[in-house]
Amino acid sequence: MNSARDEILERIRDATGGATEGRQAEYAAIPRNYQRAGTLDVAGKLELFVDRLDDYGATVYHAREHDVAACVAEALRARGKASLLVPRDLPRAWLPEGFNFFREGPSYHEVDASEGVLTDCAVAIASTGTIVLRHSAGEARRALSLIPDYHLCVVFAAQVVETVPQGIEQMKAFVHIPITTIAGPSATADIEMTRVKGVHGPRALDVILA
Amino acid sequence: MSTYVGDAANAPKFQTAAKALVNDTQVRHNVRHATSVIRQKRAKVVGEMADWEQLRESGHEIKQHVMRHLDFYLDQFEKTCTAAGGQVHWARDADEANSIIVGLVKAQQAKEVIKVKTMTSDEIRLNAALEAAGITPYETDLADLIVQLGEDKPSHIVVPALHRNRMEIRRIFLDKMNLPELSDTPEDLAAAARVYLREKFLRVPVAISGANFAIAETGSVCVVESEGNGRMCVSLPRVLISLIGIEKVIPTFQDLEVYLQTLPRSATGERMNPYNSIWTGITPDDGPQEFHVVLLDNGRTKVLADREARETLDCIRCGACLNACPVYRQTGGHAYGSVYGGPIGAILTPQLQSMAHSQTLPYASSLCGACYEVCPVKINIPEILVHLRNTVVERGDAPFVEKMAMKAAAYVLESPEHLARARKFGRMAQSPFAKNGVISHLPGGLDAWTAVRDLPAIPEESFREWWLKREREAG
Repeated sequence: MNSARDEILERIRDATGGATEGRQAEYAAIPRNYQRAGTLDVAGKLELFVDRLDDYGATVYHAREHDVAACVAEALRARGKASLLVPRDLPRAWLPEGFNFFREGPSYHEVDASEGVLTDCAVAIASTGTIVLRHSAGEARRALSLIPDYHLCVVFAAQVVETVPQGIEQMKAFVHIPITTIAGPSATADIEMTRVKGVHGPRALDVILA
Repeated sequence: MSTYVGDAANAPKFQTAAKALVNDTQVRHNVRHATSVIRQKRAKVVGEMADWEQLRESGHEIKQHVMRHLDFYLDQFEKTCTAAGGQVHWARDADEANSIIVGLVKAQQAKEVIKVKTMTSDEIRLNAALEAAGITPYETDLADLIVQLGEDKPSHIVVPALHRNRMEIRRIFLDKMNLPELSDTPEDLAAAARVYLREKFLRVPVAISGANFAIAETGSVCVVESEGNGRMCVSLPRVLISLIGIEKVIPTFQDLEVYLQTLPRSATGERMNPYNSIWTGITPDDGPQEFHVVLLDNGRTKVLADREARETLDCIRCGACLNACPVYRQTGGHAYGSVYGGPIGAILTPQLQSMAHSQTLPYASSLCGACYEVCPVKINIPEILVHLRNTVVERGDAPFVEKMAMKAAAYVLESPEHLARARKFGRMAQSPFAKNGVISHLPGGLDAWTAVRDLPAIPEESFREWWLKREREAG
């Protein structure tokens, strides 16, 4: 047995009196009177989400009749890009003609040399403009949406919840898969509290709302 | 084996260090500017939350519950993390944690490590331990990088280089990154850091992180950040080592719904910080294939044992109390002589060292209560400061003049006769110093009081004397 472990646990029991009884009931009795459910209708929720994304400086493209490919083409033209990395399982229908798309798999250095990455997401939280990536299938391993300088993310309206507790509730279902939450592009305010977009993560984030 | 908090045991008294620092107008300007900006941003995004007080209350209650059952939750975390492929180590103190981590890095035959901002690693002086073992640590948080390259010390727990301005940072980067030229715009400085660190992110095989939350129920670890350096460190290298203070454990994944609302708004004034990474053990084909957690005590169980100060351990390191503190805003973080400055540092640092060092820190406060008001987990810092001052006095470590003054006050206030005699004596004694009913300069050790404030003189006639006279005259 690890003696440091035993000693620390012993010190803790000495300090707390080693109370073990009623722990579950005590935890269940913790007051949680904060807002959990949303209050907005669907349109209001999406409007709030878009407003938060605007606040972070992300460009939002609205897909008409779920035509994701048209938005991808529009975003790539606006950014002057000819190619993107895509996760293995990303739907082929999302990829417009006239651009190059590389399926994931290359080394970190090849990812680093790419023009950007296109992924989907698992959940989005309107009140904080947060996009949640569950790193499997359409969101790929973590390196893919991290190393490139540009991240284009597809969010479906049905994936958007209003509050943080609602988002966490959804995330519980896939907690054993690595999760990244994203709220706007990489940023720092370490120099004189001046916000600079883009340090190590993607410096630009665009969102397609489908 | 020993417990220490950075170099705090050798730091000068707060009052001594503060005196020098308040004369550094550049540092004061930088600190004031930065803290003012964060305070405004925080006030705005906290103001829009109708349920802020309820979130604070829950955040507080969850932490208090964890502290009462810390043994259970640590044991549960160890089990769940291990089941997910992680390896859990326990460290009684700073030396033990350093030797575990150095051993793990050496086992990889690695000569370099990349680090995500972890104040806990500064607490245990991990970088010095790594360097002594021939391992080069690279700080990857921009502010930490500025501190490391500038051979400086952190002055804030969230924004460690806030005492530096852009011109100073430009000079440090030019020098240490061997750049031919560089402007002093924050954009260019951040871009220089991006280039400098990118090659290290892609190459260095071992990363060291801290953690904001360790989740007992699932064995998951959560790192909260803005720049993406955290994501790089926890997802690119082959091996990840997370150094986690034992107080960072929370019961369930759901508890994140409280802290992921209060932490970013309190720390940087954002509704949500740009990135949170949450991972559970090891995932085949994604990220590190070897994951170690080092659970650190280093004095925390001593804090836990003191019921009146236990909630010090509730801290989620948002730094809001530093930004709000009128003392911190004047002196900056270096005056505290610890990696943990400001109000939370003033209570945490001496306690971690069993109150044997940093005894002047509980006095580094006017007890105005601004820290308590902004604390997202409702730590009653002013009350703990007073409690710790009491501990200092009980240990006999109070300053001589204060001890004498308190003894004298106890005698004088013991009976009306003592008070009357003291008043008479005081009136005579004060005559060389009192002017227009005010004493602005006292002699000897008492001048510490009058250096910054006036003392009202004892009046010619007290209320009691007036009353007695009135009774006599009425007769």
